[in-house]
Amino acid sequence: MSGRGGPDPYDDAYGESSGPGDGRDGPGRGGEPDLPSHPAGPPRIPPQRPAAEDSGHWPGALDGGIPAPRPPTADETPTAKRTPERGSERDSKLGPERGSERGPERGPERGSEPAADSEPESAPEPRPDPAAPGAEPEPAALGPEPEANPEPEPERPASVPPSPPPYTPPSPYAPPAAPLAAPTPSAPLPLPHDLLRSLLGAWALTACSQEETAAVEAHLNHCPSCAEEALRLRDAVGLLHTEHSLDLDPMLRSRVLAGCLGRRPARIPMPGWAGAYDAEAARLDALLRDMGEAEWRAPVRLKWFDGRRLTSRDTTVAGVIGHLMVVDGIVATSLGLPDPLGADAPGSPQARTEAYWHHEPGAAYGSGPPGAVRELWREQGHALVRTVSFAGRGVAELDVPYGDFALPIRDAFLDRALECWVHAGDIAEAIDYPYEPPASTHLKAMIDLCARLLPGTLAERRRAGLASPPRRLVEAGTPGRTLHLQVEGTGGGDWYIPLDSPAAMAAPEEAVATIALDQEAFYLLASGHVPPQEAAAGLSGDTEAIRDVLFAAASLSRL
Amino acid sequence: MANDAPPRWDRRMQQRLARGEAAALAELYDRFASLVHNLAHRVLEDETAADRITREVFGYVWENPDAYDPQQGSLRAWIAMLTQRQAVHRLRTSQTAPADGDTLSTEALEERIREASVAARADYIVTSMPAPLRAALELAYFDRRDYRQAAAALGVTEDEARRRLRLGLQLLSTAHVQPPRAVSPPGYGRAL
Repeated sequence: MSGRGGPDPYDDAYGESSGPGDGRDGPGRGGEPDLPSHPAGPPRIPPQRPAAEDSGHWPGALDGGIPAPRPPTADETPTAKRTPERGSERDSKLGPERGSERGPERGPERGSEPAADSEPESAPEPRPDPAAPGAEPEPAALGPEPEANPEPEPERPASVPPSPPPYTPPSPYAPPAAPLAAPTPSAPLPLPHDLLRSLLGAWALTACSQEETAAVEAHLNHCPSCAEEALRLRDAVGLLHTEHSLDLDPMLRSRVLAGCLGRRPARIPMPGWAGAYDAEAARLDALLRDMGEAEWRAPVRLKWFDGRRLTSRDTTVAGVIGHLMVVDGIVATSLGLPDPLGADAPGSPQARTEAYWHHEPGAAYGSGPPGAVRELWREQGHALVRTVSFAGRGVAELDVPYGDFALPIRDAFLDRALECWVHAGDIAEAIDYPYEPPASTHLKAMIDLCARLLPGTLAERRRAGLASPPRRLVEAGTPGRTLHLQVEGTGGGDWYIPLDSPAAMAAPEEAVATIALDQEAFYLLASGHVPPQEAAAGLSGDTEAIRDVLFAAASLSRL
Repeated sequence: MANDAPPRWDRRMQQRLARGEAAALAELYDRFASLVHNLAHRVLEDETAADRITREVFGYVWENPDAYDPQQGSLRAWIAMLTQRQAVHRLRTSQTAPADGDTLSTEALEERIREASVAARADYIVTSMPAPLRAALELAYFDRRDYRQAAAALGVTEDEARRRLRLGLQLLSTAHVQPPRAVSPPGYGRAL
């Protein structure tokens, strides 16, 4: 396209040159009255108010060709029904008629309600219609419009059968004649042609006031060149949504990437342990796509188990992404990447999050530029994956300090992947959108991380007096009492947890208890989303050991 | 709507792909997968077929990063062109040798290709139009602001906001015009 070069190349490029005959329309356009049924025709946009259409239908070739725009109304938001279908559901959250992704080849059909093009539904507002019979003689409506004169009168009766009934003014209002004489707020304003013309873009996008909408539509009845442009611009609105008519299947990503790497092996591969983080961050990022301001500010409740009880903290979608970003930042700084909180930032995840929410109140309370944090979080995530790809094998064991504990970086990546999934789940729940569990290999790696962390957490809880003391002393490296953790599901498996000391060896034959639960229940347990004592379905054996392990699992969660 | 990929990003991505960086491939996918999938879906109207085109296009780019010439336009536009070409090729092939006896009429076939081309051009126009125009359209369309609010958000006069909205749509409407060279001759579009 033109318009990439000079300082203001678009200025005047298309200024006033768009008359009816400028030839920019596609074939078959501009004169055909069959546009509404045309597949690429203007989006069927039901009129918000029957004003211009009902009464003063457009003359000639354009008759019925351009549905009137529906100005957005603030209060008719997400009550539209939500189905868990991909694509369509998000629409309803973005607003009722912003229908972005109904079908791949349609433009945004903004109207989700039945098209009202043909039915002269009665206007809900009691205001008199500007073009209703009584109003017609008012020349003021057309103002200085020069070519306005010829048509109005004879047109009316032809195509609008029952115009009068809906417009009988309600009795509480002034005597019938009076309101028509005085320009009411919605009567077409006598705007000059140039101004009306300049409004066409805003009109096509339903981005002008009701009064202006009415004025433009009245004008279109009489100005063929504006009418032609209006049709064309309205049609162009349908082209605005060219991307992602459907949410992509997250599994497609791994298939496509694996296919590529099969065709040409990477010379700089991504470490296997970084794969879960890469995939989970991409999945969450896809969920965030297309979120409007309101959704970025949607309240989200973060829940975790603080060691003694379930606790929670309220923030927004943007606040959650900021939280993920600053905690990912711990890994970033370990790798020598810049800290998103700057130098001298606190070290623990909680303190970092509080610091971020404190300094970026917008993120937590919803006043800043929503969604800007997404880009920062994502860029940092890409940098993390890229850095460990280049770093070589040794990096996997590099310690990442989490305040009062540390994880080797390979586990820190798994931990971040798990956090990403947990918080994506929180966000999805807050905006009422479905979210699937991770790919089974990734899920299994995350559960494995939890299982490996359990003995240490158990020991910590013992030191804090929150768990029962060890039953016997076990020498490091020798088998001791063991709990069998059995997780059902594609990402599940069997894990054996040493009960007496983190240094002891777990041994299946030493198992004194079994906890069996499915992977979803494990997720809820380890993310601190359910009380630990209610998490598991199948329990058998030593009740004290079971209780200690369930509470330790819940304690793995944190803000 | 648009990915604001500066040319520098494009060149750097090309270098990283050429170097065989798996992380770059993942980033490329995250940025363009929905574009590719959607364009392919417009042409083929089939989820599985669009998945397949997505695999083929990314496979091609990963194997041939040097085929992209930054002088000729953005990486995004190049990938959109590859997708379009591959999808149209697949559609024509499937129509000449229908496996399931499900054929389109010639007119319907050409119409679908035409619509998909319009969509691809529209994507190109939106992503390459001057940023002030695009910002105004995004505010009005995606954020549902009226032009006065858009003017305030952009720090411009209401006149200017109206002008940008109109101009942006005028630019976009040119997607409906077939540029003379863009009409694919029959059989055009090699397999990737």
